[in-house]
Amino acid sequence: MAKEALMPYEQAIEQFEVVIGLEVHVELNTKSKMFCGCANIFGNEPNTNVCPICIGLPGSLPAVNKKAVESSIAIGLALGCQIAPTGRFSRKNYFYPDLAKNFQTSQYDEPIAFEGKINIELEDGVVFEVLIERAHMEEDAGKLTHIGGATGRIQGAEYSLVDYNRAGVPLVEIVTKPVYGAGARAPELAAAYVHAIREIVKSMNVSDARMERGNVRCDANVSLRPHGQAKLGTRTETKNVNSLRSVENAVRYEIQRQAHILANGGTITQETRHWHEDRGYTSAGRPKSDADDYRYFPEPDLVPVQPSLAWIEEIRATLPENPGLRRKRLMEAWGFAELEFRDVVNSDLLDQVEATVAAGAAPQAARKWWTGELARLANSQEVAVQDLSITPAQVAKIQQLIDSGELTDRMARDVVAGVLAGEGDPEAVIEKRGLKVVSDDGALIAAIDEALAKQPDVLEKIREGKVQAAGAVIGAVMQAMRGQVDAARVRELILERAK
Amino acid sequence: MSDLIHKSASELADLIASKSVSSQEVTSAFFDRSVELNPKTNSYLYLNRDTAIAAAKAADAALANGEKLSPLHGVPIAVKDNLTTTDAPTTSGSKILEGWVPQYDATVVARLRKAGLPILGKTNMDEFAMGSSTEYSAYGPSKNPWDLTRIPGGSGGGSSSAVSGHLAPIAIGSDTGGSIRFPAAVTGSVGAKPTYGAVSRYGLIALASSLDQIGPVSNTVLDSALLQDVISGHDKHDSTSLPQSLGSMADAVRSADVKGLRVGVVKQLDSDAFQPGVKACFDDTIAKLVAAGAEVVTVDCPSFEYAIAAYYLILPAEASSNLAKFDSVRFGLRVTPDGNPTIERVMAATREAGFGPEVKRRIILGTYALSSGYYDAYYGSAQKVRTLIQQDLAKAFSQVDVLLTPTAPTTAFKIGEKVNNPLAMYLNDIATIPANLAGIPGMSVPNGLAFEDGLPSGVQILAPAMQDAQMYRVGSIIEQMYLAEWGAPLIAQAPKLEVL
Amino acid sequence: MSEITPDLVRHLASLSRILVTDEEVATLAGELNVIVDSIAIVTQAVKGDVLATSHPIPMANVFREDVVEPSLTQESALSAAPDSAEGRFRVAAILDEE
Ligand SMILES: [Mg+2]
Ligand SMILES: [Zn+2]
Repeated sequence: MAKEALMPYEQAIEQFEVVIGLEVHVELNTKSKMFCGCANIFGNEPNTNVCPICIGLPGSLPAVNKKAVESSIAIGLALGCQIAPTGRFSRKNYFYPDLAKNFQTSQYDEPIAFEGKINIELEDGVVFEVLIERAHMEEDAGKLTHIGGATGRIQGAEYSLVDYNRAGVPLVEIVTKPVYGAGARAPELAAAYVHAIREIVKSMNVSDARMERGNVRCDANVSLRPHGQAKLGTRTETKNVNSLRSVENAVRYEIQRQAHILANGGTITQETRHWHEDRGYTSAGRPKSDADDYRYFPEPDLVPVQPSLAWIEEIRATLPENPGLRRKRLMEAWGFAELEFRDVVNSDLLDQVEATVAAGAAPQAARKWWTGELARLANSQEVAVQDLSITPAQVAKIQQLIDSGELTDRMARDVVAGVLAGEGDPEAVIEKRGLKVVSDDGALIAAIDEALAKQPDVLEKIREGKVQAAGAVIGAVMQAMRGQVDAARVRELILERAK
Repeated sequence: MSDLIHKSASELADLIASKSVSSQEVTSAFFDRSVELNPKTNSYLYLNRDTAIAAAKAADAALANGEKLSPLHGVPIAVKDNLTTTDAPTTSGSKILEGWVPQYDATVVARLRKAGLPILGKTNMDEFAMGSSTEYSAYGPSKNPWDLTRIPGGSGGGSSSAVSGHLAPIAIGSDTGGSIRFPAAVTGSVGAKPTYGAVSRYGLIALASSLDQIGPVSNTVLDSALLQDVISGHDKHDSTSLPQSLGSMADAVRSADVKGLRVGVVKQLDSDAFQPGVKACFDDTIAKLVAAGAEVVTVDCPSFEYAIAAYYLILPAEASSNLAKFDSVRFGLRVTPDGNPTIERVMAATREAGFGPEVKRRIILGTYALSSGYYDAYYGSAQKVRTLIQQDLAKAFSQVDVLLTPTAPTTAFKIGEKVNNPLAMYLNDIATIPANLAGIPGMSVPNGLAFEDGLPSGVQILAPAMQDAQMYRVGSIIEQMYLAEWGAPLIAQAPKLEVL
Repeated sequence: MSEITPDLVRHLASLSRILVTDEEVATLAGELNVIVDSIAIVTQAVKGDVLATSHPIPMANVFREDVVEPSLTQESALSAAPDSAEGRFRVAAILDEE
């Protein structure tokens, strides 16, 4: 298996209309699994978060996690969907060793949410509307590891090992309607869409949304048809494309691959395909003749889910602002330069800056703390800046003390260090470390006189108009006062002496 | 104390509670008899003296401390082998589960333990409860204590033969289409299928999830009532379990009164399809009720004609999915074919070797009923028939308190008589299936011996959903009428198993 | 006579992961035809609009709270497995070698 012949991208777009469809699986961050009380935790020892239910022991029965239903409804609402007044679970029957019961408990004809839409903004500001067909609840499968063979891949493996820790983790599968009209920008749109879903579920705190852990996974459907043709072309479904870059590249690859086949009179096989991240191509999955017949039927062990209007509205009230709209609002409110704002967004510090501003700091000052000193400290401690043990309110308090002249910049950095070291609130740190701007001019004047005595020519120079000469004395005074004075005040006093 | 084994569970419970006899003595008596006679009846697949006696000792100790854990405290019990038990293998009558010791107890098993009932052992059954005779057990058929050449009914023939042969005073069964009631009828014992959801299914190896229900098997109506009271009640592990209590069945039995009783006879289940001797027993029951002052009317349930067809679509469909988990990965048998087979081939070879012919037949039938192109016509229509049956029953129950039918079309047939004719086997359930499709309670109470063969017959009592108490009340009325005639329960007329 | 052909039986057996010999296919096709013929009457039972009943006792909104409960130990989880290694269930390779 290797790369197939491709048509140059521009030529493919010229000759064909691209239609994409995206299925995104979002793992919810509930405490327990979808149908049992096992912990929903990533990275534990294999088969330690399992029970009779999630390893499908005979006799066991599922019970629906209420929080997972709430999160699913919330996701539906965030995507502008309608919430089904009555929905139910169904069994999707197929044999696979990572599927403990050899059926997946999912939703089929009655998904919890349907008919939504979201606007996706590309980097240059162009907006595409993506229609959502449905969002439904289901459970994740276990994890297979293929042992032996050259690569640890499924091909050529001698045997496989199954860990069911992930089996039964709640998933919401979000399915778009076919997306038309993106043209050359289809790959970019696909990635932007996945990014937007990720951002939304993260802002709602219903998923950890870490793609590298598989919290958000994408299946990308691609089909081509000659411009003007009404009938949709045959599509392929590229499974488990698990980074934004891969989504873009996989869609682009499929466009070029299918275009080459169609242009040479070939036909596209309807199949699932696998994306090879390392080498950047898709390959045909195993043709699964019988996998097409999943024999769905209503799950008899579970009763219907009928969310009341009151419950839905209660959930709607907890929804955070749409991340895109929020960004737009904050950028306007803060008046940052585009680059400054992007820096905050890319460092994932919107929440921190917003909270710091809300606690009273000026937007620019708040930004500088988080993207500057605090980011630097986090970096040196090898932790995420969000995980530093300082709150936006504490940052705002420190800034306020600077603004009122009670702290110098250098002292403020000391206070931050104290807060991070667990010495308490800024006030407590100031107290403990004896960090007070000296406001008693008597002591200050004595220090200035002492410094001036050591540099007698300075006053003369100032009187001659060389005001910058004061700098040498300011430095000496600051040193003598151990930094606990306001440099501007020192300068003021020196200039006064020179009069 | 050998007469202990002929006592009812409630009598034994009273003796134990008054410390006239210990649970350990009672448990030993049944255990010793089981060890001796099980080779004749094949009622049990597994007997464990150590765990049974340990539980009996614990029950005695509790009682010595003044703790009576339930009205059946100390009474030993047999449990059908499709309920998971952490201290005994659980096979569901199948080779594919041979030797599996579950990692958890079924809710019903946990409740029995908590109520102080020592578990004697696990009883035989048709493989995965698919059958009406136990002939589809992978471990050989159980025998009817009335005639060892005949079947004890199925799928719960192990439990019915154990109780009617006095190898256990009471037992647990499960009923998907009649698997408690049919065995009760053909062994002269009592068996009840509660309202769907009254007893938790958690830990019951599923046959058809929307039809399965666990229930009691006993020699008296009161014993079944007492047992249902012990095992029923809401369970958060079973999402279909009823949130509310249905009240005390034992109280209903003790306060039974025929006054004002209205009884319905279903037109569609009063036909020549029944063996004349069975029909005669049924007519006798109705005559007795009329004589006692009950009002009897004929009710029309036209959709019952479709019940068997609907049942044999819904059951295999759900079963085909429920039995998919038997794949050789996490538990149970694994058969690895020669060469270097893939997991797919290992699974297929395991299921080929581990499942018996009836199980394979039903899995394939169910797969067919659910497959695309057939779903609407078969599974879809069958689910609609359930609605029609519920509508018919609602109408009938607007006129009467309970419906009565013969439980089974025939008395116990000979082992081997129907085993190669699945369709004939399916017809045994003609009167019992509607209750499962509709979720209503049904029980079988002995009502005499058929004149042709001298074998037991049973009358089935059906009540509206949630009105299990009404069913027990009428069961008790009928039992009392016959006790007045026979002087002792029907089971007393059974031949002595020891000399058979 | 219904349409249970030997090929359909083979397909259904494959969907249900049951190995069947040609002999079994022939037997099963015969038996299933008889059964299906007798149960096909359900298709005539329903006239007009009738709701399907998938649960005999209607209930809705039965949930559990999102609370973690004890899991099995790894040892217990694997205790009944025909084969295991490295704390996991061991199974034969999933694909034939290419
Ligand atoms: Mg899915
Ligand atoms: Zn679990």
